Amino acid sequence: MKRFIGFVKKEFYHIFRDKRSMFILFGMPIAQIMLFGFAITNEINNVNIAILDQSKDSETQKIINKINASQYFNIEQKISSESQIESVFKKGKVKAVLVFENQFIKNLQTKKQAKVQVITDATDPNIANAITNYVNAILQNYTQEFKRDSPSSYQIQTQTQLYYNPELKSVFNFVPGVMTIILMLVSAMMTSISITREKELGTMEVLLVSPLRPFQVIIGKVFPYVFLSIINATIIVLLGFFVFKMPVEGSLFLLSFESILFIISALSLGILISTISNSQQTAMMISLMGLMLPVIILSGFIFPISSMPMPMQIISNIIPAKWFIIIIKAIMLKGASITIIWKETLILIGMTVFFIVLSIKKYKIRLE
Amino acid sequence: MSIIVQNISKSYNDIKAVENISFEVKEGELFGLIGPDGAGKTTIFRILTTLLLSNEGSATVADFDVVKDYKSIRNSVGYMPGKFSLYQDLTVEENLTFFATIFGTTIEENYDLIKDIYIQIEPFKKRRAGALSGGMKQKLALCCALIHKPKVLFLDEPTTGVDPVSRKEFWEMLKQLQKKGITILVSTPYMDEAAMCDRIALIQKGKILKIDSPENVTKKYDKIIYDIRAKDTYQLIQDLKHYPSQYSVFAFGEYLHYIDKKQNFNSTELLTYLQNKNHTEIEIHISNPTIEDVFMDL
Amino acid sequence: MNQEKIINVKNLTKTFGSFTAVKSISFDVNQGEIFGFLGANGAGKTTAMKMLIGISKPTSGEAVVAGFDVKTQSEMVKKSIGYMSQKFSMYDDLTIKENITFFGGIYGLSRIQIKEKTAELIYELGLEEVADKLVSALPLGWKQKLSFSVALLHEPKIVFLDEPTGGVDPITRRQFWEMIYAEAHKGTTIFVTTHYMDEAEYCDRVSIMVEGSIEALDSPKNLKKQYNVTSMNDVFLKLARNVE
Repeated sequence: MKRFIGFVKKEFYHIFRDKRSMFILFGMPIAQIMLFGFAITNEINNVNIAILDQSKDSETQKIINKINASQYFNIEQKISSESQIESVFKKGKVKAVLVFENQFIKNLQTKKQAKVQVITDATDPNIANAITNYVNAILQNYTQEFKRDSPSSYQIQTQTQLYYNPELKSVFNFVPGVMTIILMLVSAMMTSISITREKELGTMEVLLVSPLRPFQVIIGKVFPYVFLSIINATIIVLLGFFVFKMPVEGSLFLLSFESILFIISALSLGILISTISNSQQTAMMISLMGLMLPVIILSGFIFPISSMPMPMQIISNIIPAKWFIIIIKAIMLKGASITIIWKETLILIGMTVFFIVLSIKKYKIRLE
Repeated sequence: MSIIVQNISKSYNDIKAVENISFEVKEGELFGLIGPDGAGKTTIFRILTTLLLSNEGSATVADFDVVKDYKSIRNSVGYMPGKFSLYQDLTVEENLTFFATIFGTTIEENYDLIKDIYIQIEPFKKRRAGALSGGMKQKLALCCALIHKPKVLFLDEPTTGVDPVSRKEFWEMLKQLQKKGITILVSTPYMDEAAMCDRIALIQKGKILKIDSPENVTKKYDKIIYDIRAKDTYQLIQDLKHYPSQYSVFAFGEYLHYIDKKQNFNSTELLTYLQNKNHTEIEIHISNPTIEDVFMDL
Repeated sequence: MNQEKIINVKNLTKTFGSFTAVKSISFDVNQGEIFGFLGANGAGKTTAMKMLIGISKPTSGEAVVAGFDVKTQSEMVKKSIGYMSQKFSMYDDLTIKENITFFGGIYGLSRIQIKEKTAELIYELGLEEVADKLVSALPLGWKQKLSFSVALLHEPKIVFLDEPTGGVDPITRRQFWEMIYAEAHKGTTIFVTTHYMDEAEYCDRVSIMVEGSIEALDSPKNLKKQYNVTSMNDVFLKLARNVE
């Protein structure tokens, strides 16, 4: 035990004396969460739109009022014919035109279906996309009210649906994503670098020719990062909660448990990387290319998995981060308990055990 | 016997690093592996410290088999690899404390053993190892390798790249350690250091060329070496190389070492030859062979 | 001997913060001389050498190398010298020919010159059979000989060698020195550092640095006389002992 404590103490010296590690450990989480939270956002505010109301009835007026009242849109002008649409866009002030079809209210009542066309300026596809989603959300909201007023079912055609983020806040998507990335980065990359550094310096030779067992070396190396990763996860959740009003509906205990589970699986990945790389550079490259990219692209953090081609969807299943993001989103946003996410948790446990066994098997007691 | 090596061979892919090597090191002996870079010295060290498995042959260290009893060996030997393996970002004191703890001991417990060496670097104990000079790093690395009172000490090129002063001091330290009963296996590319060992193995290209005491190695050398000097060294080398009965010509400090093929070599004939080549300040006299002379002729 | 000065150093000083690595050193090197630059680890050898080859700016003092001021004309200095260090010699993952072509190219040799030089060099070193093999396959001694020749590709007036023979086997080490002699014989000035004291004896003159200053500078013969010892090793030990 004394040996172990001595070892861990040494690891902390390394971490605290290396400015680069300190930055990755503590600067990165804060910088990333702020960056994603404030700068890279899909939210829109006071976007100028134009309205072409071909029906001019009481219901279209209600909808227009509703849209105008929202903070997202500002009705810049009303136009009277389709021929004007083009010229309105060309002036560049207006980002979208809403076109209500002729006899809107009549269609809604007789066919139980009415159409609103959303024409957006797609030069900025992100904003265009967001506008469509926001308009849809407002229309949906309206449909629900309309249904309440009249007993039979009515429908305004919409394409996308949004769940669990009624205020359309994108930050709710980013907090779990950033947390996953940071935990992956700190745990996998930092451990693999710190183990390969010993190889590079030649100190690994001395450690091997000592009474320390290989697993003692590994646990000694990994322990400080478990500790630091937990601190990191806490910082991120706190930042999300206080700065971005990100709710934590579910149990904090469950959230911690799942986070530690993910940290351990990332750490064992880090050990695995260190067994196949001989220099810090290689370890860093493998961590970045082999872990970070899949986490960003395939975990569903930025690009929705459901809209990926089938092969990618299948591959995404072997990314631990995907399951972790599902789990923490469920806990934080839906207040899910273990009875709901037991399947995902089991998958994550299975992966972790697999990585640990593999990395212990791969770890060498000799130099080759 | 402290170390027994029997017919060890080791290849990396197609390259033979060491080939059929055997030697024995007695208890309390200071044994040197002498040879240039790439001779296979480090491979031998790694096999004996259980870091590598040999392809053929067997070896024991402190009566433990290097393959079967690798755990016991790791408990009872001290190892200082080629590049001094220290943590550059830890201070002198922290490095030493760390190595003491992983061997389950403390600095105080074995202070006697390292005292003579440690007091030389103690004034700098709060300095990071990375900021030490080569000589001081070498001393610290030795302290770290000794902190658990090993029975056998493995030092792989401890003096490479270190200046002559530190090198001399280092060998004096090894002599002191030897008196305390520690068996030492040391490797070096510097032939002049061979004389400090009890016995040496001359090694090149993975093969042991000779094992003996340094005195015997030179005593048993049967060729006569002449020290030759003249004003223009470069021209002297060229002319000696064209002397009909020359066997070898090598620069050796302030003189050239010249060996002749003939048994009845006459130095006055050579002197005349050189005078005819317009050499001045010519000196020719018989020299004592050094380990390096022997090594070059093997 | 032609006594033209190819290196002229006056009160050259380099400080790093409060630490003075090189303390106002002054010396001259003659054209065609083999000049040994010795000193213990950390004595300031490398720092001084870096200033002379124009990659580190002196804090104060002057140095003229091959007629150019290292402070103001460092680019010209670099063009007129050759440099070879123990640590970086050749690209391991290029073949011998590719290495020669590359270094010829960075020294501004024309394509025809490079071709001629490559053939000449490979012939002189007896490397015909391995010319298209990777440098990593060569033994260390051969690498060092090759990189010495490469440092001379552009026929510099002076060549700086930083511990060129570290770890090389005794025979190759001597062959290396024979190359140095041959080059000096052609009139190239050789500025060399080494840890082998027997190699110090091969130099025309040696300087010994201790703690940033030059403590001794003379021919090996005179130094031994001055300190009343029989070898350069003893001269060195007498000077550098009790430091650190």
